Amino acid sequence: MAKLESTFKNMVLSLVIISVVAAGALAGVYILTLETINAQKAAKQQEAILAVLPTGAQISETEEVNGLTIYHATLNGIPCGAAIQTEANGFGGPQKIMVGLNPEGLIYGYEVLEHQETPGLGDKISTWFKNPDKPAQSIIAREAGKLVVSKDGGEVDAITAATISSRAFLSAINKAHAAYMNGHVDAHTGASQQVQNEDDVQSDNVQSDNVQSDENQEKEDIL
Amino acid sequence: MSNAMKTFTNGLLKENPTFVLVLGMCPTLATTTSAINGMSMGLATLFVLVCSNIVISLLKNLIPDKVRIPAFIVVIATFVTLVQLVMQAYLPAIYDVLGLFIPLIVVNCIVLGRAEAFAAKNSVGLSALDGIGMGLGFTLALTLLGAVRELLGTGACFGFHIFPDNYGALVFVLAPGAFIALAYLMVIINKLQKK
Amino acid sequence: MVYFLIFISAIFVNNIVLSQFLGICPFLGVSKKIDTALGMSAAVVFVLTLATVVTYLLQMLLVAWGLEFLQTILFILIIAALVQMIEIILKKISPALYQALGVFLPLITTNCCILGVAILVANGTEKLPMGAEHGMLSGTLFAFATALGFGLALILFAGIREQLAMNKVPKAMQGTPIALLTAGLLAMAFMGFSGVV
Repeated sequence: MAKLESTFKNMVLSLVIISVVAAGALAGVYILTLETINAQKAAKQQEAILAVLPTGAQISETEEVNGLTIYHATLNGIPCGAAIQTEANGFGGPQKIMVGLNPEGLIYGYEVLEHQETPGLGDKISTWFKNPDKPAQSIIAREAGKLVVSKDGGEVDAITAATISSRAFLSAINKAHAAYMNGHVDAHTGASQQVQNEDDVQSDNVQSDNVQSDENQEKEDIL
Repeated sequence: MSNAMKTFTNGLLKENPTFVLVLGMCPTLATTTSAINGMSMGLATLFVLVCSNIVISLLKNLIPDKVRIPAFIVVIATFVTLVQLVMQAYLPAIYDVLGLFIPLIVVNCIVLGRAEAFAAKNSVGLSALDGIGMGLGFTLALTLLGAVRELLGTGACFGFHIFPDNYGALVFVLAPGAFIALAYLMVIINKLQKK
Repeated sequence: MVYFLIFISAIFVNNIVLSQFLGICPFLGVSKKIDTALGMSAAVVFVLTLATVVTYLLQMLLVAWGLEFLQTILFILIIAALVQMIEIILKKISPALYQALGVFLPLITTNCCILGVAILVANGTEKLPMGAEHGMLSGTLFAFATALGFGLALILFAGIREQLAMNKVPKAMQGTPIALLTAGLLAMAFMGFSGVV
């Protein structure tokens, strides 16, 4: 079979037909996969938030403080803290971290969402600071807000040979704490909070005692 | 039959796109930080290669000569976008790892090269085989390079730790290591071929 | 100040060839002599800067119409068209330059660093040193600086290869292997810049 001649009409026609068919096929696949892709993105966000909160927690409301997004959470209806998406300028680029704090500002856990640190060095921030076998470097159950690396006189052991990444990471956590505590304190001085009958206060204490004793359990385990 | 076999094994050994033709270097160096990553990239490219070879071979007499390059590009880009969408929906973890290099398959010299050199001049069957052969050759090369870099760099292979992380030479997972690992792999293969 | 940082970052710290792995094919193929390296670099600077501007504008349209899935196809077609156009214009305006660039211009279409940078800037994957996304001006500067970085790596490499050609290289290492090894050492040297920005 001879090839189609390269006349202007043929060239334009063949290109247009191919392009139209291609665009059509792609549009079709796009529509088919759109829902799945959107669901994926939403699920990922949810996962990151719930991963840093106690099991069974649910997001109650979202607010933005100082440019950070705070996802307030409740456990069985009682406020149990929040997951805060925070960030800092790391060694190789911005670090994005999701950290979970209880109402007193103690850390439940964290997940590193994005970072541009060096593989094998700075990228250890994903696991270094929650290593249960190494209490000197783990920040779990510590109070956020004033975390400093031991090199700078603090109490958290930084990643070996990745001090800058470590400093950035801790500053992100402290930033989250500051944003949360500001908003948190405001909520607690609301008038509605003061009108609580004793029973509520009792059950509140019991709930937070449970959460607290979980924390203490972790602390004791670590110690 | 032997023509088909020859076509198929060509891409695997004699004209292996990575080690012999030295084509498609960008994804080769960038996505081989581990064996799985290399393999995924290779398979994605394999898919595009086979599909585009088949379609271009089917259409070879309907595309005027002067516009063949843009036409090929549209066909290839379509399949690349298809792979992008499907991966994003059903394999999000791999999609995140391979990132930018999935759309870059469209400028992978192997794909356009085979379309121009083979699919435009041969039957659909042979073109498909050529696509599979080249694609497999590429995948094998990438998996091998990925495995070497992962092993030397982190002590693991396909995720299974062979020796502890700390004994790994980190450089192999980073940029310079890619160049060096590939260089030595080529040297070894050169030596083996001389024999 | 930010612009200065963009330049340093794109040329040295995150050099497009030596740390991002884009543009390796021409890097290995066109770097045997310094003049060809210069020619290729000039062509890339041209095309990359122009392509980034056009694709950035196009991306705004695509997002407005919800057609992001057509990004790959349209971007590569634009780049191919741009290259053709530049060829024609150069032929008319400066035949000398056209002759000098010669066969490199059409080769640039399949240069992954053009499409790569275009996608990175258009999608907002590439960010300013402080984390914000690129705007039109900073995106263009970034593309320009990246192309300069490409040229730098290419010319350095060509210089080394010219020297290498005059020395004895073991038979199995001749050609691509020794070039790759050299590139690896060059990449290692550039790693010294990391953390500067």
